[in-house]
Amino acid sequence: MKALDPGKLKRMVRDMLATSADEIGCDECFEQLDRFVDLELAGKRAAEALPLVQDHLNRCHNCREEFEALLTALRAEP
Amino acid sequence: MEGQEARTAGQFTNEEWLEGLRGPGRDEAIANLRRILMRGLRYGLADRPEVDEAAREDFVQEAVLKILASLDSFRGESRFTTWAQKTAVRVALTELRRLRWRDVSLDDVTRFPDADFIPRSLADASAGPEQKTVQNALLEILRRLVSDELTDKQRQAVTAVYFHGMPIEEVARRMGTNRNGLYKLLHDARQRIKKAMIAQGLSEKSILDAFDS
Repeated sequence: MKALDPGKLKRMVRDMLATSADEIGCDECFEQLDRFVDLELAGKRAAEALPLVQDHLNRCHNCREEFEALLTALRAEP
Repeated sequence: MEGQEARTAGQFTNEEWLEGLRGPGRDEAIANLRRILMRGLRYGLADRPEVDEAAREDFVQEAVLKILASLDSFRGESRFTTWAQKTAVRVALTELRRLRWRDVSLDDVTRFPDADFIPRSLADASAGPEQKTVQNALLEILRRLVSDELTDKQRQAVTAVYFHGMPIEEVARRMGTNRNGLYKLLHDARQRIKKAMIAQGLSEKSILDAFDS
């Protein structure tokens, strides 16, 4: 029977432990993502300015995927 | 948009974008927007060879409609092109995930009864005997918690997302909720498990030591 590989399981346990009551959801993260990305592109400390967004991106695979694609897309601007 | 020949569309101010998209020169502004979003997706989705220009055009078309419908909600806290590109990326990735997972049912990804996806011990060659003991104890606790502490819905969500890697909005759609709702469901599940793990008398430190990489 297929089971989680050790690396994935360790990450899962660490993620469980890192759960905090203050997390924001996907909607709120998306709402602030443009501000976050602009700060990032300007070389300013986005994670410090919007820590809950950074926290969500660390946890949520789908949101992180969108963030990375957005960053790449914007870096292409002439 | 006046004077636009002198600058590239990427240099318009937020006000110019909003006026352009709302005013008589709308068609030109939309064409500029479309061009910028197409270019953005070409780069942003470059790592997905299955996405062709036609697909990008579809994504941009849908994004432009959404953007035009929600212009009033743009608060000017970021560049307009960032805000717009955000929607284009969201539209594209949502659809790509839907396509990729369209043949997978919820049943396919929650087939394991209870917590069987959690092994009884880690095949962890790097762990010493003490670490192994703690690992196995924790895995047993985790199995029991996932089995007994979580609601059926929480267990389904945890299995589908963490074990099978199904995108949360795909799981959400199949469970009759939305992405945000599913995130909250997972959050509740994680909080329950965390509380219960700590309540077992294990310190965070010992858990982290047992599961460091």
